[in-house]
Amino acid sequence: MAVMKKKGNKSLPPISTASLPDVIFMILFFFMVSTTMRDQELLVRYKLPDATEVQKLEKKSLVSYIHIGVPTLAMQAKFGTAPKIQLNDSYKTAKDILDFVAGERDQLNEADRSSMTICLKADGNTKMGIVADVKQELRRANALKISYASSKVLSY
Amino acid sequence: MPVNKRKVQEINAGSMADIAFLLLIFFLVATTMNVDTGLVRVLPPMPDPNVKQEDIKVKERNLFLVFVSGSGNIMAGGKTIDVRQLKDAAKEFILNPLNDENLPEKEDKTIDLPDGQKWVYPVSQGVISLQNTRDTSYQVYIRVQNELTRAFNEIRDEVAMSKFGKRFGDLDEEQRKVITTAVPLKVSEAEPRKMTK
Repeated sequence: MAVMKKKGNKSLPPISTASLPDVIFMILFFFMVSTTMRDQELLVRYKLPDATEVQKLEKKSLVSYIHIGVPTLAMQAKFGTAPKIQLNDSYKTAKDILDFVAGERDQLNEADRSSMTICLKADGNTKMGIVADVKQELRRANALKISYASSKVLSY
Repeated sequence: MPVNKRKVQEINAGSMADIAFLLLIFFLVATTMNVDTGLVRVLPPMPDPNVKQEDIKVKERNLFLVFVSGSGNIMAGGKTIDVRQLKDAAKEFILNPLNDENLPEKEDKTIDLPDGQKWVYPVSQGVISLQNTRDTSYQVYIRVQNELTRAFNEIRDEVAMSKFGKRFGDLDEEQRKVITTAVPLKVSEAEPRKMTK
């Protein structure tokens, strides 16, 4: 065959780049799968408490978050180091939870409103006083399904 | 036939896509989304201020008071207890295996099984009341909540094992409902005590 004639030449062929898109797509898919979108910027720092009997929170769209913890380093100059409550993108007090829950509830379908869950992300070192205030306000706002966010450990 | 100018035949890249898909599927299966986990609780509804509340009388034998102090000490059922003993204490309270006079009474309840049969199970009337002060640490509080959940989960596992021969987690939706009716999660979270000194 004419193609096979010049086999004797030893110069290297150029590396094929045909598979490069595949590789890039692969990395893209990997990151798409393994990371979640960050929907809000955290203004507080917290380390969740440990627990063994945790349950997963299904249906992310039904979950609203309340963060409780020490302000981040950048915000400490302005707000000090006392634990604060973060709702959406700003520091709030327990009194604002009523409005927050009403706003979150409005965003849901009529059918889903009863299954709205509040995920309480609080630092392990906070005192129960602030958590109890939040709980009381949640009861007042009639948002009764809550989840105390904690990281899963196999044993203490 | 056009003459190929290349010296060596190009490596066939046709199967590269298959390899990429294989890897992709591997990552899809082996990695998980960052899921939020936590202890799920249902808060009691706020009492209506216009309606006069009748005091719900709970018999003393049906109440298991767990009190967590600000310094992290735990008092359960009238005596100081270590957090490691709490699960077994709570289990003994709920199950009342010897039908003790001082432990909660049981009420026979008829539960409909998914296959249409009836099942009579003595449902414990015990309520665990969890109290804390305002300066209790959240970590200790979660630890106590966790131990109480563990007690209930173990009881549910045992009941599910004897009834259906499976662990609670492996049951289907309807069987799970049966076990939840038989062993309800009764943890009442009271408002924190005002500590006046």
